[in-house]
Amino acid sequence: MVTKEQILQWLQQFASAIAQNKEYLTQLDAAIGDADHGINMDRGFQKVANQLSNFAAQDISSILKSVSMTLISSVGGASGPLYGSFFLRASTAVIGKQELSNEDMVSLLQAGLDGVLQRGKAQLSDKTMIDALSPAVTTFTQIIREGKTTTEAIQQATVAAEQGMKATIPMVAKKGRASYLGDRSINRQDPGATSVYLMIQSLSEVLVESLVTSD
Amino acid sequence: MKKLINRPEDFVRESLIGMAKAHPDLLKVQFEPTFVYRAVAPVPGKVAIVSGGGSGHEPMHAGFVGLGMLDAACPGEVFTSPTPDQMLAAAKQVDGGGGILYIVKNYSGDVMNFEMATELAHAEDLRVLSILIDDDVAVKDSLYTQGRRGVGTTILAEKICGAAAEQGYDLQQIADLCRRVNLHGRSMGVALTSCTVPAKGTPTFELGANEIEMGIGIHGEPGCERMSIKSADEITEILATSIFEDVAYSRTVREWDENKGGFVDVQLTDPEWEKGDRLLAFVNGMGGTPLAELYIIYRKLAELCEQQGWQIVRNLIGSHITSLDMQGCSITLLKLDDEMIRLWDAPVKTASWRWGI
Repeated sequence: MVTKEQILQWLQQFASAIAQNKEYLTQLDAAIGDADHGINMDRGFQKVANQLSNFAAQDISSILKSVSMTLISSVGGASGPLYGSFFLRASTAVIGKQELSNEDMVSLLQAGLDGVLQRGKAQLSDKTMIDALSPAVTTFTQIIREGKTTTEAIQQATVAAEQGMKATIPMVAKKGRASYLGDRSINRQDPGATSVYLMIQSLSEVLVESLVTSD
Repeated sequence: MKKLINRPEDFVRESLIGMAKAHPDLLKVQFEPTFVYRAVAPVPGKVAIVSGGGSGHEPMHAGFVGLGMLDAACPGEVFTSPTPDQMLAAAKQVDGGGGILYIVKNYSGDVMNFEMATELAHAEDLRVLSILIDDDVAVKDSLYTQGRRGVGTTILAEKICGAAAEQGYDLQQIADLCRRVNLHGRSMGVALTSCTVPAKGTPTFELGANEIEMGIGIHGEPGCERMSIKSADEITEILATSIFEDVAYSRTVREWDENKGGFVDVQLTDPEWEKGDRLLAFVNGMGGTPLAELYIIYRKLAELCEQQGWQIVRNLIGSHITSLDMQGCSITLLKLDDEMIRLWDAPVKTASWRWGI
């Protein structure tokens, strides 16, 4: 079971990871985009982090929806609607829940992925956040279906997200501003795939850490 | 970085406050969410024209809020799309009952945020249509890229549609007119230097002392080809030739369908130009280029158009769509018809453009 507290910790952890990697994400974006990914994500997630204590009384679905609304209204760029859609759709998959079973976690992540796909219309290998998010969600689902624990699934999903993120390096961008560079986008890691990796890694850290403490 | 700023995070806000103080007769500024709107809005019965985009392109868009042009502009952070809550609040503020047209530049962020805003507006029973501007010929295909970017034609469409709204055109007519202006406009730009986003503090891309970047957008993003610096005439020739030689560009865009109550895919193709066509020639400075240099470019452009058999009947020379402190320019050519000429000449009174009154 994933508890509401763990979901709140995940969001806090992700906000911290974004803050720590703000410069790095912006540098990656400067190479193939417009040098604002870290700045925009940090603006949105600092706002989320500051509001988390206000969200704590809500159920998980409402928390995710509040996060979505905060991101949509404060991030801007493409990341705002894309991350906003991830959390909005994720929220609709777990309505009324105070804790999440493995199946709920699968639905949450799958719905989030669908939200990003629908909003951004990107496909695998377009050199976008989908290249990290899609393998992470697929792996998580697969490991859960094999009857393994949430912790194992999220650890494997993190590895898949990291591989997906690194796999964007040789790709030619086909979406977003990087697509205008054509072949010049090769040998650059996609900033959106990188922030997705941080999101999955943050969830993994929270779930693994809780496991250690509960032992 | 040397800039006339206080804190980078106050860049947009303080600039807008200054604008509101300078032009209280023309516009008002609202914060949280941020938008700039015409002082007399809503104008009863008139279709409201709303645009928006990242900041750093001044005077676009807030400088074009006023009589005969925009009813509202939604400024985002520097080079970052504004958010749907801004666009929705702006639409509500200026809706005079004739409906609202969003004029959107084709950048992934702008498109997604305006699409969300359009969906939200319809959920609140506002009548909103949106038209995409994608006129940048540096981008050749739409299949493997985001498609052409919205550049110079944007403000020409804003002027023409703003005049049409003033003259009582209805929402569907203005949307059709806006689409037509977009399909008849072509642009191409060049950067001599990069630009520095205040929050970042260093230039967005590196360009050697003798290098130029051809086919740039308006956000300091790298263009399609890097080459060594050339004379103004040679640069003008490269830019103009890219526009002259552009062939019918096709793309699929999403537009709101009022009957279906949702977005639908629409196939659009630019019509060919023919000898003898009448053009509006727009030489735009990127922010760090002196007006004198823009006239040197225009001098050559006029000569090239004449050689090609095109007739420049209107022109616009100045820094109207900028990329902060970037040096460089863009050329936009818009094929005009009688209706567009009449609307272009119609009265406008904004912080940046005033004529016909």
